[in-house]
Amino acid sequence: MAETHRPPEQFTLRMRRYDPESGEAPYWDEHTIELEPHRSVLEGILQAKAKFDGSIGIRCSCRAAICGSCGVRINGEPGLACHTHLDHAKASSKDGVIEVEPMGNMPVIKDMIVDMDAVHWKKVQRVTPWLLNEGPQPEREHIVPRESMVDITQTMACIQCGACVSDCLAMEVDPGFIGPAALAKAYRFVGDPRDEEQRERLLDLSEDPQGIYDCTHCFKCVEACPKDVNPMGQIMRLRRIAGADQHINDQNNGHRHEETVVTLIKDYGLLHEAEMIPRSYGGNSWFGKFHPAAGKELLSSLPVAIRGIAKRKMSIKIALFGHKIPAQDLKAVQKIYEKVESKPERYELNLYVTGEDE
Amino acid sequence: MPSHDVLIIGAGLAGQRAALAAAQAGSSVAIVSKVHPVRSHSVAAAGGINAAINVADDWKSHAYDTVKGSDFLGDQDAIEIMCSEAPKEVMHLEHIGVTFHRNDSGELDLRAFGGASMKRTAYVADITGQAILHVLYEQLMKHHEQVERYEEWFVTSLLQDDSGRCTGVIARDVRSGRMEVLKAKNTILASGGAGQVYSPTTNALIVTGDGIAQAYRIGAPLMDMEMVQYHPTTLVENGLLITEGARGEGATLLNSEGERFMEKYAPNKMELASRDVVSRAEQTEILEGRGVGAHGEGIYLDITKVPRKRTLEALREIVNIGKDFAGVDITREPIMIRPGQHYIMGGVKTDVNGATSVEGLYAAGEVACVSVHGGNRLGANSLLDTLIFGRRAGEHAAARAAAMAMPDTGDAQLREDVAMIDAIIARPRTGRRVSEIKQELGETMNQYVAVYRDQAGLEQAHEIVKRLKQESESAYIDDKGTVFNQDVLGAIELGYMLDCAEAIVVAAIERKESRGAQFRTDFPERNDNEWLKHIDISLDRNGGPPGPRVTYSDVTITQWQPEERKY
Repeated sequence: MAETHRPPEQFTLRMRRYDPESGEAPYWDEHTIELEPHRSVLEGILQAKAKFDGSIGIRCSCRAAICGSCGVRINGEPGLACHTHLDHAKASSKDGVIEVEPMGNMPVIKDMIVDMDAVHWKKVQRVTPWLLNEGPQPEREHIVPRESMVDITQTMACIQCGACVSDCLAMEVDPGFIGPAALAKAYRFVGDPRDEEQRERLLDLSEDPQGIYDCTHCFKCVEACPKDVNPMGQIMRLRRIAGADQHINDQNNGHRHEETVVTLIKDYGLLHEAEMIPRSYGGNSWFGKFHPAAGKELLSSLPVAIRGIAKRKMSIKIALFGHKIPAQDLKAVQKIYEKVESKPERYELNLYVTGEDE
Repeated sequence: MPSHDVLIIGAGLAGQRAALAAAQAGSSVAIVSKVHPVRSHSVAAAGGINAAINVADDWKSHAYDTVKGSDFLGDQDAIEIMCSEAPKEVMHLEHIGVTFHRNDSGELDLRAFGGASMKRTAYVADITGQAILHVLYEQLMKHHEQVERYEEWFVTSLLQDDSGRCTGVIARDVRSGRMEVLKAKNTILASGGAGQVYSPTTNALIVTGDGIAQAYRIGAPLMDMEMVQYHPTTLVENGLLITEGARGEGATLLNSEGERFMEKYAPNKMELASRDVVSRAEQTEILEGRGVGAHGEGIYLDITKVPRKRTLEALREIVNIGKDFAGVDITREPIMIRPGQHYIMGGVKTDVNGATSVEGLYAAGEVACVSVHGGNRLGANSLLDTLIFGRRAGEHAAARAAAMAMPDTGDAQLREDVAMIDAIIARPRTGRRVSEIKQELGETMNQYVAVYRDQAGLEQAHEIVKRLKQESESAYIDDKGTVFNQDVLGAIELGYMLDCAEAIVVAAIERKESRGAQFRTDFPERNDNEWLKHIDISLDRNGGPPGPRVTYSDVTITQWQPEERKY
């Protein structure tokens, strides 16, 4: 049954304040509020605003994790203020005081309010975020598979809150990276059977050096997303469709690199670093290393390799001949490959269709 | 100064649909919203959109259900337009990209909804409003050259020339604090309802009746303001909405005795009777001591009967709401709900093209009252209302604008609004806090102007609202800045809310019968002889202090005569 009713408790909020008109640097501001522990951090902030200081700036509207306004960082982690319980936030704080800051990777306008237009919406606009279907429309609806609509509903569920953008490590290094939210939005069209320019979209996103292959697979966006949109998963699906289905060999060597990793692990059970770089550039076979681009890349990576050997992070033997794992382990790895590859369809993780009947 | 053929205030479904329709008709269009468009409250509409698209269905059946749902207060000419145009509109949404759920044949799937005689609700899981809103915004991004967007601009007043015509708005860029005149041949209000007048409410914090009050202040009459919908399933914890789609999928309502009490109140439709009926039934159970929870303040909504896979796929949002906001796994145990304020059937009175009685001013969506919902709106008819009448208002305003010259506006109103904001910021800290007045208003309305009403309570509410209006004149704020001064906007919104509240209370006092959402315990019967008519509230500006004036208008009846309403 529902959580047993708990009486209000005191919580202290430490908010990152910034007044662009003051000429002063950002500072921390503390207020103690009183609410039931399962109430949200947003409700706490709104109480502080109502009782103590109406000038605290935070965007908010629905209070139900559906409008996407109140993206912030709580104790350093991105999320929606309305979607985080006070007691949980207190438990995850370093000193019992709940820290609330503006999201990262976007300029701060005031207090917890960031400039989403300058970053997030610009990137969304970059992926041609509308259905491309200019032909004559059917009299009634398009007839499309039931599963396809359920599938893209996962990315339709994105509320554009920016939590994933806030925490994207690739974007921190390369601010031009299209990023998790916009790429998830792109999947919403690529996965939509009504869209007529699937291949053009994939070519565009593969060939762009800041496109789908710029993602570093760090899972930060998956953890950040309050709606289980799984942006990184959508980026990986874009890669699968671009590479495996559409055979797009992008100029960034992103697809070749992926294939190389897959093949090397299948063959050796572990990565073979010396093979990986040339193959990623020259093609996924032993001969790939003789490709001029591969040679060039290999040469340029020599200093790193030498440093690795000097610091004993790598041995010359392993660098040249790769890792060796016991035969039965290699067999086990290859069994996994057999199992996955023998499936008639690619296994696509979609949180909307993982429920089971009981 | 910026000028446009058609200027739209509000960027929810009605506003965005109006903008796209007006742009398609060739007008120069701008859309103004106090929040980013995808934050608009349409995003929270969960369950779906009604349209008679099943070949076995008929729009007339949809229209009849709507008329009956309205308790015969809806205008039938408008209802006929809405229901007959619904299938085409839903197909249009499908064509531009809405990801409607499909059946096994790949056609649009339909779910059951309250007050409907068959399954006719198209849906996207339980994020239908979000899906449609985001797809319309995709279209706005696509047509960015035809539609100028003023995102995070707050409207402080409607402009009116000497002849009474509306000639645009005064708006404040929230980010910079800059105030500007936005001139327009035609202005369309699409800024939503006034749910924040109540506390608790399912409505978002931004739903503060801005458009209703702005129109009222320049002389446009409001209609059906007494008709305030309480949704049967809102979370006891904090008033958040649990979609009617849950009951559409088979969830039941249980009282403290484990009884499926709707058998007593609506033996045929049970949990899928219209919302006013279900909310009253729940309230009666609670008042008679059969509520659940520590203080008997709730009712159980039992979703466990719905197959778990179906719940996870089609009711995902409320699975999350249950988990995150009530600590309940709705697939395994019942969740505690109660009736809560959800929707305002009333609004700025318009004709079937969205035109108000003020020249140059249109309204569409929850801000407007056409009236298609009359005394009670059916679930999944609100999205339809916003889209049909948003489009019609956009098309009509564009057609009219083509033959009009750009009006002249001075900057007198601009100077007045700048001074008004400066004055609020300068108020001494001697009165009450804006937030306190807002809280008292919400609690008052929820106590006296709720599911059950009576003369004494309504008069009490009226007195309180009048006092709060006075107190609001000197209510102070903390923020003295210009960049994102949300505090000062809150003070202006409070004024809007108080105007709406007064109109609601005055109309509720006026209607001495029970119909739809208005149930008067002192007048418990529907009285068609005296009250089969709309109550119009307009601002009386002739002599004395301005205040609400009551008049009446006829209900349009085309093919369905009033009859006893049973579910």
